[in-house]
Amino acid sequence: MPTSVMPTSRSGDGRTPAAAVSAVGLRKSYGDKTVLDGIDLRIPAGSVFALLGPNGAGKTTAVKILSTLITADGGQAQVAGHDLAADPQAVRAAIGVTGQFSAVDGLITGEENMLLMADLHHLSRSEGRRTAAELLERFDLLDAAKKPASTYSGGMKRRLDIAMTLVGGPRIIFLDEPTTGLDPRSRHTMWGIIRELVSDGVTVFLTTQYLEEADELADRIAVLNNGKIAAEGTADELKRLVPGGHVRLRFTDPAAYRSATSALREVTADDEALSLQIPSGGSQRELRTILDRLDSAGIEADELTVHTPDLDDVFFALTATTVPARNTRNTQPEETVR
Amino acid sequence: MSTLSLAVRDSSTMLRRNLLHARRYPSLTLNLLLTPIMLLLLFVYIFGDTMSTGISGGGTGRSAYIAYIVPGLLLMTIGSTVVGTAVSVSTDMTEGIIARFRTMAIHRGSVLVGHVVGSVLQSVASVVLVGAVGVAIGFRSTDATALEWLAAFALLALFALALTWIAVGMGMASPNAEAASNNATPLIILPLISSAFVPVEAMPGWFQPIAEYQPFTPAIETLRGLLLGTEIGHNGWLAVAWCLGLTVLGYLWSKAAFDRDPK
Repeated sequence: MPTSVMPTSRSGDGRTPAAAVSAVGLRKSYGDKTVLDGIDLRIPAGSVFALLGPNGAGKTTAVKILSTLITADGGQAQVAGHDLAADPQAVRAAIGVTGQFSAVDGLITGEENMLLMADLHHLSRSEGRRTAAELLERFDLLDAAKKPASTYSGGMKRRLDIAMTLVGGPRIIFLDEPTTGLDPRSRHTMWGIIRELVSDGVTVFLTTQYLEEADELADRIAVLNNGKIAAEGTADELKRLVPGGHVRLRFTDPAAYRSATSALREVTADDEALSLQIPSGGSQRELRTILDRLDSAGIEADELTVHTPDLDDVFFALTATTVPARNTRNTQPEETVR
Repeated sequence: MSTLSLAVRDSSTMLRRNLLHARRYPSLTLNLLLTPIMLLLLFVYIFGDTMSTGISGGGTGRSAYIAYIVPGLLLMTIGSTVVGTAVSVSTDMTEGIIARFRTMAIHRGSVLVGHVVGSVLQSVASVVLVGAVGVAIGFRSTDATALEWLAAFALLALFALALTWIAVGMGMASPNAEAASNNATPLIILPLISSAFVPVEAMPGWFQPIAEYQPFTPAIETLRGLLLGTEIGHNGWLAVAWCLGLTVLGYLWSKAAFDRDPK
């Protein structure tokens, strides 16, 4: 049974900021499959919150419930100060939602999609045109504005999707896996867009499968596993839960390998592969210490890789009793330095 | 904004969206329009001589048969057009944009109302087109008054509304376009087993009650009465009852389906 390692809400500093989203005991099941098994959330206004979890953890279900798309079986939640069950229409007026699957009308053009949103937000004709033009420009879609949205690339569709979400000026935005399926460049563009939203004071609730993404964007992260919040905290707090960050050195020359083994302390040596593992958080200082030691001993490694903890590690750390021992070497993302 | 003006405004936005779809992708509508026009030409020019003999004991010729089948084909046109509605509703419901609409502070029913109004307008336009073809090959009303024309038009519009709501329900209940098209097949089959092409009396005895009381036959007989001066009898009330009944049924069915949590 995973335990909540960090307190879910911060208190004690006297002035807790108003919650944009708060939920207590949200539950949802489909048939006998429990998707959400009582989750509690509290997201301060103006912050970025990431719900992190693997496929099937219930992330999308949580977003669907909080964005009024579906109803919860149990528990209660307030969004923008309005109760989800009692006044869903008031919640809808305050939020913007970009779902996991593109919510654009592919049969009409990007510009027509934007004007459709303007009409549904009851903007005047001139205001609607102005807002549409501004957002199309901001999201670099002016060139494609007159083309049917079905002809857009994945990244363009996602940008149009978010542009449409922003038409009404929502104060709380739900982004369900905003970068899944995007190429690295589009992903970075999307991160830039999300950071911009935050600088406008918007509250962002995003879901992701990537620890790196949550790390980049979120003030606080909750890890969702099997319908429960397994842990909640800042990126640093979560990473501290995770052992397994290390630096790996590989040698081709057995002599260099042997002298490195004696020059460095706390190493796990693999004689067959001529490689060494040194526990490390991967910070610049820690790396420099290792490199300095190698330099002063006159040793040059053939390859140096930094292994950072990832989502898997967080899960295995949080659910250690239920999961058999694992091989950490093959599943971690590697950033090759050299 | 009051609830009513919100409803009107959002519904007209949705209507504009659907008309934009229809205008940009007219092939579905045009394909569906082809069926009644083909049937009209087929029955008049290919089977016409034999058919007309069967209708009135011979000798009346082709023009009498044109007069006989045009009212049925006008109603069949509606049945055929709303199959397209069922398909486009079911396709639309699988689109992410519908999920977006559900999370917006818009009038809840506007998505469906937009589809319904758009579909009725398309049906009426199709009826006018098929009617024009009918007139071009020789259909003439026998001394229908302005009031009777108006009543005929109202009947067609009401029938279109009724079948549209049913088609929207079928579309909502279908997981994809193929299923919607299959589910809506009765709307194509029913006019074939009505009094559209041959009188009910010419059918086998056991089948006559089915043909006589299904929704198309009373509407066809009423339309014939209004345009051609034949006996309407109880068919007028039956037609209106069918239309109102189907409208209410289709509305409740569609609304229940839309209010259910999406998957």
